[in-house]
Amino acid sequence: MDKILLLGDEAIAQGAIDGGLSGVFAYPGTPSTEITEYIQASKEAKELGIKSEWSANEKTAMETGIGMSYAGKKAMVCMKHVGLNVAADAFMNSAITGTNGGLVVVSADDPSMHSSQNEQDSRFYGKFAMIPVLEPTNQQEAYDMAYYGLTLSEKFGTPVMIRVTTRLAHSRSGVVRKEQIPQNEMHLPGNHNQFILLPSMARKSYSGLLGKQSAFESDGESSGFNAFYDGNDKSLGIIACGLAYNYLIENFEDGKVPYPVLKIGQYPVPSAMVNTLYEAVDEILVLEEGAPLVEELLRGLLNRGKKIRGRMEGSLPRAGELNPNLVAKALGIEVEEGFEIPSVIKGRPPVLCDGCPHIDSFEALNDAMKPYGRGHVFSDIGCYTLSALKPLESIDSCVDMGASITMAVGAAEAGLSPSIAVIGDSTFTHSGMTGLLDAVVKQVPITVFILDNATVGMTGGQHSAALGRIEDICKGIGVEEEHIRVVKPLRRLHDENLAIYKEEIAYKGVSVIIPRRECVQTLSKRMKLKAAAKRNKK
Amino acid sequence: MKKDIILGGVGGQGILTIAATIGTAALLEGLYLKQSEVHGMSQRGGDVQAHLRISSKPIASDLIAAGKADMVIAVEPMESLRYVNMLNKDTGWLITSMNPFANIPDYPAIEDLLKEIWKLPRYITIDAEKTAKEAGSIRAANIVILGASAPFIGIKYQSLEQAIRKIFAKKGEDLINLNLKALKLGFDYAQKHR
Repeated sequence: MDKILLLGDEAIAQGAIDGGLSGVFAYPGTPSTEITEYIQASKEAKELGIKSEWSANEKTAMETGIGMSYAGKKAMVCMKHVGLNVAADAFMNSAITGTNGGLVVVSADDPSMHSSQNEQDSRFYGKFAMIPVLEPTNQQEAYDMAYYGLTLSEKFGTPVMIRVTTRLAHSRSGVVRKEQIPQNEMHLPGNHNQFILLPSMARKSYSGLLGKQSAFESDGESSGFNAFYDGNDKSLGIIACGLAYNYLIENFEDGKVPYPVLKIGQYPVPSAMVNTLYEAVDEILVLEEGAPLVEELLRGLLNRGKKIRGRMEGSLPRAGELNPNLVAKALGIEVEEGFEIPSVIKGRPPVLCDGCPHIDSFEALNDAMKPYGRGHVFSDIGCYTLSALKPLESIDSCVDMGASITMAVGAAEAGLSPSIAVIGDSTFTHSGMTGLLDAVVKQVPITVFILDNATVGMTGGQHSAALGRIEDICKGIGVEEEHIRVVKPLRRLHDENLAIYKEEIAYKGVSVIIPRRECVQTLSKRMKLKAAAKRNKK
Repeated sequence: MKKDIILGGVGGQGILTIAATIGTAALLEGLYLKQSEVHGMSQRGGDVQAHLRISSKPIASDLIAAGKADMVIAVEPMESLRYVNMLNKDTGWLITSMNPFANIPDYPAIEDLLKEIWKLPRYITIDAEKTAKEAGSIRAANIVILGASAPFIGIKYQSLEQAIRKIFAKKGEDLINLNLKALKLGFDYAQKHR
């Protein structure tokens, strides 16, 4: 078959489609978004009837995936690394229930925090849940692992995680497809108790999961994703996980590494293979993208064996993503960088787009908050978090999806007044609604701004589950109707909006202000499509 | 054949179109390709870069090693300088537009930027916006830059033309011709000034 040019994310999507997928469930999050978008845009997936609508958040996505697996079909759930925190309850317990139809969970990590608030390493979650984890080295493996992962999950009756990182997720290369596996027919689990985690039943299921561990490990020794390459120079042995393997072989002519190398692409860590390497060499260098998971296992608490080098020991930086030069330095290879970057260069941080509705929302909010000074505005995750930077400098927090409202509640309970929350429309339906319910039940005086730009903006304009529903949701939760105010964030309406802001901030109960204007990016995309449609008609 | 190319610019300036065009041309010539892109937060008016690697042999790393890039291609002068540490000191070319995109308050004086660029041993600086206007639209500035890079990429000029036809196919014949003209003007300029 011909090679097709795919992003790592797209390769995962195509691999799952070809592996017999019946549904992908996800909430957008960089660097995972393109997996689901690829399936949504795929004609083939449409013809196959593969479900691919966005979910409200990662937890609902994960549970939907478990439900599809329960009904006997193959499902994939995709999220960014911090999304797995949201899905963690469902994720951890899916390891105990096990699967009926194959279930693959893709978690896309973001070392160096290009678009994230931390750089947690999802492999720890895989280890925590005690399920197999696949970590691709390149786009072809990303395809192969999604394809294989669905089958592996069915073989063991356990969910399988695929862990990718930003560079592979967003890098394109040629991929060869395999023959398409037909989708499963719907069929219920043979054991009616499998998905009932009552303590008595959960204990049985848990012991089943414990019993599978050695089989998981031996699968990793035969699947081909873990591989041992011998080398003549035994002064050093190298363990390279996932993407780090590329940076290793990049440093040697024609990829010929003189040292023995163990490439790890499937976890649990293949202990027999690690042992073979350990016995053969004087010391070991561990190359892994993310946290030092393998290195820490090898060193142990006492670190009394052969020397283990890596991120903990200091041969590589403890934080941030790897690159060919960092690996070269760890190998003692001299690196000559290019020209010195002149000091005249200035940083160019991301900014809100020209004409962005958030700018007008925050300019009015800044004016409304002038009498109180800084320290009152709790914000959330989205484009509007950029209001933390100059020139707006409007907000005082950004922790996790939904935390704006609940932090405002906590601070108000401590006596902060006024206490303001700022959250986007999609973040509100992702994780803000329950916090608003807390506020209403506790009757805490906070003002919540739900910035409604009618899309998931930061990740490129995906459908927002909040679209057309925000007022009804707020009413339903119990916010008084007269304190749900919709405004249009425009410069010419600044004074009018400011007056409304001031009124609601002064109100000693829960109030919601909804500045509503479409994202300029999605608006211009829509206009372009409209113009193109018009042209085609002619 | 092996070329490691860093592409730099500001979100929305069309560096991914340059990458896609070179990538498509590379595939037409049967070469291996890895192209790492930037998505997400940095799209919002921030600096963006892409790593493009083409080779007649399989490619390992998605990222280019600092000091090993054969070219820096930039659609903005300050962004071109941001990646000079990536250039191979002995052979690397820097090709950039001279038109600043000043969306920050402390944007340096353009003279200071050009002075730094002109210190490099191998560079092409071109008024891409003016040249693009000559071709028919200021929006083809990125293709002018691609044209100015064409003599150094190691891919046949005809392959790049073919790639442009492919990539702009849906946009109609007028836009294809406009971009082909922009490519040619950039190419001629670089041939004259290299």
